[in-house]
Amino acid sequence: MANEIRATEEQIKYAKILDLGMKVGLAALVVTFLIYASGIFTPHIPVNDLSKYWGMSVHEYLEATHSPHGWGWLAMIGKGDFLNFIGIAFLAGVTVICYLAIIPILFKKKDTVYGIIAIVEVLVLVLAASGILKSGGH
Amino acid sequence: MSQRTVKWSVIVFSILSLLFMSSAFVSAEAPAGDTAANPQTPWWVWPLVLFIVTFFLGIVAVLGGVGGGVLFVPIIGGFFPFNLDFVRGAGLLVALAGALAAGPGLLKKGMADLRLALPVALIASSSAIVGAMMGLAMPQDVVQIALGVTILGIVLIIFLAKKSEYPDVKQADALSTALRINGIYHEVSTGQDINWKIHRTPKGLALFIIIGIMAGMFGLGAGWANVPVLNLLMGAPLKVSVATSKFLLSITDTSAAWIYVNNGAVLPMMVVPSIIGIMLGSIVGVRILAKTKPAAIRYMVIGLLLFAGSRALLKGLGIWN
Repeated sequence: MANEIRATEEQIKYAKILDLGMKVGLAALVVTFLIYASGIFTPHIPVNDLSKYWGMSVHEYLEATHSPHGWGWLAMIGKGDFLNFIGIAFLAGVTVICYLAIIPILFKKKDTVYGIIAIVEVLVLVLAASGILKSGGH
Repeated sequence: MSQRTVKWSVIVFSILSLLFMSSAFVSAEAPAGDTAANPQTPWWVWPLVLFIVTFFLGIVAVLGGVGGGVLFVPIIGGFFPFNLDFVRGAGLLVALAGALAAGPGLLKKGMADLRLALPVALIASSSAIVGAMMGLAMPQDVVQIALGVTILGIVLIIFLAKKSEYPDVKQADALSTALRINGIYHEVSTGQDINWKIHRTPKGLALFIIIGIMAGMFGLGAGWANVPVLNLLMGAPLKVSVATSKFLLSITDTSAAWIYVNNGAVLPMMVVPSIIGIMLGSIVGVRILAKTKPAAIRYMVIGLLLFAGSRALLKGLGIWN
């Protein structure tokens, strides 16, 4: 049973949430893709036209297809292609949930430095996810 | 040549054949400079081909001891009709999904270490945001050239870098002591409990700025760089380094992936078949790895990367389009 005493309380907590989040995210990814591929919800870009656009740079692509950026996909959730972003966003968001879960444990253990590191990490990830940061284009 | 080597040669040859076919298919049907695929091709062909290629890449990546992302970006970027912006976005999500799947097990077993990972992740994930923004802002040919040079550099690292099972760390440095970065892990093969500590922490953390930028810029994942820094420079045991590196990717790639998602550089038609393909391939690869590990596969991975890196470099230079 040596393995069981190695991982700390916060490590086990992080692992459990990550495990659940990963499974939910992957399931959402597969289900929404099947819905997309089956054509139940009409996509914003018809699947037969996709090959006209995927060779373009992302900036040309956004202009040509009038696709949203940032969190604009939320407003188009009824479109088959943008439905997939539920699973993608979930997978990309699960780490923030894991961090939020371990912050109280770290402070409870008076591990202030790691508690602060975890808070700053959450802020960094939220900033990345916020859509505030835009690239200049090429 | 042993029967096993022949078998793996056939697998790698199959991947290369698929790549050449897809590449030839695109160039035969599209006018010069136009990377759009043949409009007559049924839409489902490309995700299917992506799924098959990434399935094999998943197997090869596990057996070759490299991450899926490092094979995905140069190979899919070099031989498929997709723009590198979308390939890098997909590459990050492929590497992220793999890291998220492996993370819980590695953390529960105590192989990946949260105390080691958290400070490193903060630096790498912040840098990855900068890298992703730079990558999306740079001209395509410059990114291709830089990608080619990076992949060829990775080949050198894989080829030359030694690994140290239990590095000799005589004294932990002041920073790692203050942060209490040390631990014990149970080595199943010998039944021993291994006490470990690290040194040269400030230098290691500084290197993770560069690693984070490169991970975000090229969408490669960064296990190829994480492991040598954690193991050889900072002195973490090899298994702890490999496991912590894999877990780290789940944080580093998260921040960079959001930049690609928010800038529109994610195409579900590419991302989902690739993630499923590479994850299923990895599962098969792990099962094969449990039974056998052909030494030749490492050289084949090096060969694949050498080929894909050269392709990216020559594509960027306008020599091989």
